[in-house]
Order: sequence, then C-alpha cells, then structure tokens
Amino acid sequence: MTHKEYKKMTDDRAKRSPTLLNCIKAFVTGGLICVLGQALTVLYQELGASVELSKTLSTISLVVLAGLLTGIGVFDVIAKQAGAGTLVPITGFSNAVTAPAIENKTEGFINGVGAKMFVIAGPVIVYGTFASAVYGVMYYFLLRGGLAG
Amino acid sequence: MRNEILHFNNVFIENTSCVGGKKESEGPLSAYFDMLEPDEYFGKDTWEKAESEMNTRAVNFLLSKAKLDYSDIDLSCGGDLLNQCVATSFVLKNCDLPYLGLYGACSTMAESLIIGAVFKSSNFAKRVLCFASSHFCSAEKQYRFPLEYGGQRTPTSQSTVTGCGAILLGDSEKCRVEVKEAVVGKIVDSGVTDVNNMGAAMAEAAVDTVIRYFGESNLSPDAFDIIATGDLGREGYELACELFKRKKFELFGKYTDCGMLIYDLEKQDVHAGGSGCGCSAVVTAGYFYDKLIRGEAKEILLIGTGALLNPNTVFQKQSIPAVAHLVRLSAR
Repeated sequence: MTHKEYKKMTDDRAKRSPTLLNCIKAFVTGGLICVLGQALTVLYQELGASVELSKTLSTISLVVLAGLLTGIGVFDVIAKQAGAGTLVPITGFSNAVTAPAIENKTEGFINGVGAKMFVIAGPVIVYGTFASAVYGVMYYFLLRGGLAG
Repeated sequence: MRNEILHFNNVFIENTSCVGGKKESEGPLSAYFDMLEPDEYFGKDTWEKAESEMNTRAVNFLLSKAKLDYSDIDLSCGGDLLNQCVATSFVLKNCDLPYLGLYGACSTMAESLIIGAVFKSSNFAKRVLCFASSHFCSAEKQYRFPLEYGGQRTPTSQSTVTGCGAILLGDSEKCRVEVKEAVVGKIVDSGVTDVNNMGAAMAEAAVDTVIRYFGESNLSPDAFDIIATGDLGREGYELACELFKRKKFELFGKYTDCGMLIYDLEKQDVHAGGSGCGCSAVVTAGYFYDKLIRGEAKEILLIGTGALLNPNTVFQKQSIPAVAHLVRLSAR
C-alpha cells in the first residue's frame, strides 16, 4: 500500500471532531465573553472613566480574569468545551501566555518562565506587530496620495 | 535468509510490579496495580521528579516482592519518553546497579524485555530488571501544550498513561511465566504526519511484526489467548484489524490493544485510548502477568508499538515512522 492509499484509508475512517456542536458552543461562550466585556465597559464608564479608557480597562480585566482562571486550573476545563469561544477573544491570548509561564516555573524565572512564556503566543505578537507596521506604512502612503483620510 | 524469531533459553519472570496514577485507578485494570497514587506530583515539585519517583516506587515494590536487594540484580534496562531518558536514569542514581538506557518510544517495555532476555539467555546476567514508564503531565509538557492551556483534542488523539511497569527476569523453580520468543521490529514509515493520530502511524508496523512472527513460527494465532498491541488505541486497533483483513490474516478474535484495555473508553475522557511507554508496561506487568500466573491465559503475545518522533520533526512536517517489537510470554 502506498502512503497515499494509506492516508486515504486512515482519513476516511478517522472520527471527526463534532464541528457543528463545537461551533455552537464557541458561538455561545464567545458571545458571553463579549457580553461580559461590554458590561465591564459600561460599568467603567458609569464609574467615570472616558469611553477610550473604559475599553482599555475592560480588556485588561478580561486578561486578568483569564489569567486567574488559568492559574487556579479552571480555564482549561471551560476551554475544553468552549474551544474557539475562549480562544479567539483576548482570554485565549491571556491563557496562552499564563499556561506556559506556570508550567515552566520549575526551570526558574529566567530559563523557565521568561524563556517559555511566549512559546505559544509569541508568533501572534511577532506577526501581529509586523502586520500593523505594514498596515501603518500603507496607510501613510494612501494618506499622502489623498486616497484615505 | 534472516531468522525473524529470537528463541530464548531459560528466561523466566521472577516477579513484576506496577505503579499508576489517578486516571489509571479509575480504569478497568485498577486491581492489577501495586500502587495507585492520586497525587500527580507523587509528592515532588516537578513533573520530571514525579515520574522518577513513580519509577523508584515501582522498582522498590519489585525488589520487596521478590525479597531481593540491588546486589542480587546483574543488570537493569529501561526507558521513558522524556528527553535523554532522565526519568529512568535518575531513578538509579542511588542504586548500585549496572544500567542500560533504552529509547523505543512507547515500545520500550517490549524492547527492554528483549534486551533483558538476550542477556539472561546468554548467561551474561542471572537477573535483569526491565522497566518502562510514562507520565501524562511530563509527556504533555514535552510533546504538546502546557497542562493549563485551553485547547481541544481530536477524537483520534490518545491520552498518555501515568504508570511504570517493572519486570524482573530470572530463573528459579518458582517462576511460572517464561519469556520464550521475540521479534525485533523494523522501522516502518506509513507517511502519517498527524501527531494526533499515532494509532494510524503505528498500525502498519504492528501488523508487519505480527506477520513476520507467524510467517516463521509454526503456531497459529489461535494458539494464543491474547495477542495485544501496545498502544494503538481504538483508532489504530481498528486500522490494524482492517490491515490484517486485507492481508487475509485471521486472528481468531484473540487480538486486543493495551491502550484500549487500560481505560474505559466510554466513561473516561481519553479519546482513542491510552498511550505512552507506561501503557503496555503496566498492562503487561500487571494484567497479563496476573492472567498467566493464575492460569487464565497460557500464551500471550505482546507487540510493543512506538511512534518515533520529536516536536521538531513534527514542525518540519516529517512523517512519523514507527517500530513494533514482539515478545511471547508463556505460562509453564
């Protein structure tokens, strides 16, 4: 049997993840996190923060909350069900940084926490920063050309 | 032409021991363990130390059950899944024992039995300690994601067994189980690149070794009570069944898999079943050995299966080759 035939044989029979159910779960949990974020934004505004500041505070709150839930071992239990629902919002980013930091604490603060903290989130930061730089340069030239503004 | 089967002389199992973790205690084979530790850390502060502690306990159980001391053993050989096999070698730091470190991925228990049996059979050693281990947490840390990372697994993925199985090979009147024959596995590459489907990566290697054995042996699979692969899981087991069928090779319903035996696949959250060196090690040292000494089984074939990869080869999109070593255990 060639590799191709074997791959077909294994792929054909391999159980698939329940995509529809996962999508529904992700939609509900992701939506709930967004509702929580919005509620926090409104709360901070009620407490006297500006619109801009309240948005930042709300983001920070979600990051802290996800980090805390990761630390007490609850986040992965929720995420196992929620999937992209917890992964896509800022909570997923927080978890991706906190989890390796906790796991590698046994190798010390330099070689463990410091070196491994961004092992999962690192690529997002690198390419996110790069993409925003490219976007900035494009925006600058479009502004000068009078095509944006 | 090459002789596929190694025939051993006077290699017997003197005793066995096995230690497991919490998930194993909730599985159907929990009665066959010497100790089941609910604390994942085994009282230590890192996963690597936890695995070594687990192995130390298994070795100590074995020695106390056999009423022997380190000085009574001529050689130890074993391995695990951690980089440079540290979980195994660190166990023996304070033991006065010659040691051979092995790496056969999840086939390590079968590999250590073969090497131990060769030493015993050729009289280079009178007693050999063979052992293998894996720990869910240390394996996750090394091969996958941090434990607290919120991810989802695919249904074909398997769960690493937290367990250490130790087997003492020797030769005394009281021994009831013989290590009779073995086949050393060949590296078989099926072209599988999905790290979450190790069963598929290893199925062809297992089938290859079984067919090599029966091609040379004059026994029929019907002569065996159990023919068990190491850790193909449900996915790999069903694939192997399909491969046997295509080759028109009849196994008379004797075929099973340690990765399916150790957990309750319906009730426990283990996806396709157990994996890791500890999987076939504890099932062999606990369940199979018990069956053989009670006379509930007379002939057992263990086919230890190992997927040979490291995280870098996976990122390089290289396929996952596999190896499968066969050991024949007979009650006397």
